[in-house]
Amino acid sequence: MTGRHNPNSTGRFSARTVERGEVERTVEAVWRIESARLIAGIARLVRDVALAEDLAQEALVAALEQWPESGVPANPGAWLMATAKHRGVDRLRRAEVDQRKTEELARDLELRARESSDFAATADDPFDDDLLRLIFTACHPVLSTDARVAMTLRLLCGLTTREIARAYLSSEATVQQRIVRAKRTLSAARVPFEVPARGDLRERLASVLEVIYLIFNEGYSATAGEELIRPELMEEALRLGRILAELLPREAEVHGLVALMELHASRRRARISPAGDQVLLLDQDRSRWDWLLVGRGLAALERAYATGGAIGPYTLQAAIAACHARARVAEDTDWERIVALYDALAQLMPSPVVELNRAVAVGMAFGAAAGLEQVERLREEPALDGYYLLPTVRGDLLERLGRLEEARAEFERAARLTANARQRAALLDRAAACTAARG
Amino acid sequence: MRVIVMIKANEKSEAGEMPSQELLEQMTAFNEELVKAGVMLAGEGLHPSSKGVRVEFSGSERKVIDGPFAETKELLAGYWVWQVKSLDEAIEWVKRIPNPEGEHGIVEIRQVFEADDFGDELTPELHERNQRLREQTEASA
Repeated sequence: MTGRHNPNSTGRFSARTVERGEVERTVEAVWRIESARLIAGIARLVRDVALAEDLAQEALVAALEQWPESGVPANPGAWLMATAKHRGVDRLRRAEVDQRKTEELARDLELRARESSDFAATADDPFDDDLLRLIFTACHPVLSTDARVAMTLRLLCGLTTREIARAYLSSEATVQQRIVRAKRTLSAARVPFEVPARGDLRERLASVLEVIYLIFNEGYSATAGEELIRPELMEEALRLGRILAELLPREAEVHGLVALMELHASRRRARISPAGDQVLLLDQDRSRWDWLLVGRGLAALERAYATGGAIGPYTLQAAIAACHARARVAEDTDWERIVALYDALAQLMPSPVVELNRAVAVGMAFGAAAGLEQVERLREEPALDGYYLLPTVRGDLLERLGRLEEARAEFERAARLTANARQRAALLDRAAACTAARG
Repeated sequence: MRVIVMIKANEKSEAGEMPSQELLEQMTAFNEELVKAGVMLAGEGLHPSSKGVRVEFSGSERKVIDGPFAETKELLAGYWVWQVKSLDEAIEWVKRIPNPEGEHGIVEIRQVFEADDFGDELTPELHERNQRLREQTEASA
């Protein structure tokens, strides 16, 4: 077995090799790469996600025990799968299943092996089918959102309980319980290990996309000044989205979600000022945008359109983000196109927040008076009650129209509504500027 | 984290020799695996250094030097940019790069410098506050 060494050292192994053996690190890396497909493959055979994870873990332990002696196998994934299957068969035997049942089981297994997926896009690769089945199971609507998130991070991303707890600033015990309960719920509800039938697919897919986007946003965090940005969560969500895009390449909204995440992620470094404040999109230094991710986001958006499928909310939001991404400077932004996209989004996903964003775009495209007209319609909206951005937007439009006294009042109102001290200070500064300008 | 994975050149790549059909097919399949795993961010093959150029900096002087360049094994034949969880994951993927002809070769992995979570010029105070928040959370876990 080859070792790791630095030929420039004094001849002793580097500290890292001494800390943890090369085999452990390899096993961990292999787990990262293979675990989701491993669990998925076993789950198809034993029809039980909890049991599948157990068997996968047993195979992992076996690898840690045997590979230091035998060396890392040429195909580690296949080794783990074979080992897990053997353990599965052992368990079935030891469970004293009667002869008839065992035969039924064997016939059943054969049948399943020949089964083709209901979903033609993945009929070629049985491993892809299994992974899809696992994704849909982890995000099953019978589970609460929190449970789906935990199951996804555990089964699909291969995160340990500790890693999940750290990422969510939660306790290991809470996460562990959540996962245990989720597995029990799936079992009790006899959730079948399958890709949903065509008729249910879009709805079930919406649940999967929601989970991925939740994980992304947890990592991305809108209120950057108060909460940590956790890039590891963003990266897991992006990775999952990209994996799903290859599994379901004909689904526009999957590409749409990936595009949206790539584009948002591209702005990560520009969003935060040195003091930790959030920097608004129009004020960001675009040279700090990650242009590799921008390119990927735009490409994903093209794929969404190329499917010829129905354009949904994620794709529309990505298209809006793309308008910003295509403008090298804020002044070049195609605001009219953004207004049109918000019109479409408001049809699909009517919400006061969407309307507010649309009003901002109208103000940019057609002038402050037009924007203000849109905002006035939202002032009685109960959902926006206490939402500091409503008076902020109104204040901005009034200021542009020269109605400075009213603008000042709006900025002060907004300042009272935000819990973030720096944001409050910034808003009060804007209010003061209005007073000074009236001078 | 991001890594750049650099395939070092050899005599064949510097001679502009096309890879064998078998290598091409296996490499294509490997690239597909990277894409399917959500790891691949970018990747390209490079023309031999005979088609390349160096620009040497010395004070305010700039000297342009045409390829080819001599130190073959320090040159690059191709690169990838990957999104991985750890250097160990990158190493595992690199071990899987196809090598049907059993050639001797070097692949170098380098971590891409990514500014701290919050940005390059984050104030030390904020840095410390976030560090404390993380520690508090772990302690109460």
